[in-house]
Amino acid sequence: MVLCLGIICLVSSAVLAGVYALTKEPIAAAAAAKTNNAITQVVPAYDGEPEAASIEAGGQQYDYYIVKKDGEVAGYAITASATGFGGPVTVMVGVTADGTVYNTSVLSQSETPGLGAKCTEPEFADQFKNLDPASVKLAVTKDGGDIDAITASTITSRAYVGAVNNALAVYRAIVEGSTPDVSTGATVPAADGQDAEECQTQQSK
Amino acid sequence: MGKFRLITKGLVKENPTFVLLLGMCPTLATTTSAINGMGMGLATMFVLVLSNMAISATAPYIPDKVRIPAYIVIIAAFVTVLQFIMQAYTPAMYETLGLFIPLIVVNCIVLGRAEAFANKNSVIDSACDGLGIGLGFTMSLTILGLVREILGSGSVFGFKFIEGDGILAFVLAPGAFLALAYLIVIFRKITRMN
Repeated sequence: MVLCLGIICLVSSAVLAGVYALTKEPIAAAAAAKTNNAITQVVPAYDGEPEAASIEAGGQQYDYYIVKKDGEVAGYAITASATGFGGPVTVMVGVTADGTVYNTSVLSQSETPGLGAKCTEPEFADQFKNLDPASVKLAVTKDGGDIDAITASTITSRAYVGAVNNALAVYRAIVEGSTPDVSTGATVPAADGQDAEECQTQQSK
Repeated sequence: MGKFRLITKGLVKENPTFVLLLGMCPTLATTTSAINGMGMGLATMFVLVLSNMAISATAPYIPDKVRIPAYIVIIAAFVTVLQFIMQAYTPAMYETLGLFIPLIVVNCIVLGRAEAFANKNSVIDSACDGLGIGLGFTMSLTILGLVREILGSGSVFGFKFIEGDGILAFVLAPGAFLALAYLIVIFRKITRMN
C-alpha cells in the first residue's frame, strides 16, 4: 500500500522534473519577451539593450530599466504597483530623461472584468501618455485631480494613478540619488490626495 | 459501446455542465468571455484524457484503500505539467485563467471520471471517455462564455460589434448563474424534443 503510493509519487515527480527542465527556458523567454515588449511600449525609441537596475525605497525593492540612445539616457521604465480592487495593479511607467511620463503599460492586474480591467484600454490608459507631472495633477477627478476615472471603477483608477505616482517617486530617487517617498497603497483617497500634493510641491521645488 | 458513442455521449447525454452539473466552480468563474471558457475547457480536456489513460493503466495495481490519494497524485502531476506548458507557450491565457488551472486537480469531473469510468475500463476506452467529456465541457464553457460575452461586453471572441458596454451584470458573477440556468433550460428542452 505504502510502497504503491510511494512509487506513484516517485514516478510523478520524475515526470514533473523532466517537464520542468524542458519548459524552463521557454518560460523564461516568455517572461523576458513580455518585459521587453512593455519596455519598448513605454519609453521613446532607444538603441542597445535595456539595462536592468533596482533601487530600494521604503524597504521595498523597485526594479527599473535604463534605456539609452546614442549613449545618452533616453528614459527609465519603472515597475511600480498599488493595491486595486482585486489585488495589486502593477504598472510599468516610462519616464523620459526630462521627467515626463512617456507611456504606461499594465504588467499584471486582477481587477473585475468589464469594470476595473478596463484600465488596460486606451480610453483610460492614454491619459498617461506624454504627461508632464508638473502641469497635471496626478489624482482622479473625484479626489481633485486631473485624471478621469474609469466609470464605476474609482478604486482601480486610484490604484493606477497611485502606481504612476510611486513610479515618479522612484524616478526622482533615481535622478537625485535620494531616498524616495513612496506610499504603499492608493486605496485611501486622503493619502492619495496627499501624495499628489507632495508630488506637486516636489516638482515645483 | 463503440468508441464513437463513448465520445459523443459526453457531448449531449452526459454533458458534464448541462446534464451532470459537475465542475460548476470553474464553469461559473472562468466564462467571462468565449475564449476564456474555451481555454479552460481545453485545459481540463488535456488533463482529463491523460489522467484517464494513466489511471486506467495503473488501476489494477493500486490497492483499493489508497486509490483516491493515488488518483489525486496522478491528476496533480498532469495539472502541473499543463501549468508549465501553458506558462511557456500561452502566457496570456495562463494569466487570465490563473488560479483555476491548479484547481483542475480538485475538479470533480476529473476525479469523477477516474472513479466512474477509467478504473474499470481499458486505456483506449478511457481516453475516448476523457475526450468526449472534455469536448462536452469545452463546448458548454465556450457557449456559456459566448452568451456572457455577447450580453455583457457586446463582443464575440474579442471582436466588438456594439459601441460601449453591454449588460455588465453578465460579465460579473450573478450573470454567470443567470446565463447558466437559462442555458440548462434550453439544453434540456432541445434534448427532450429528440
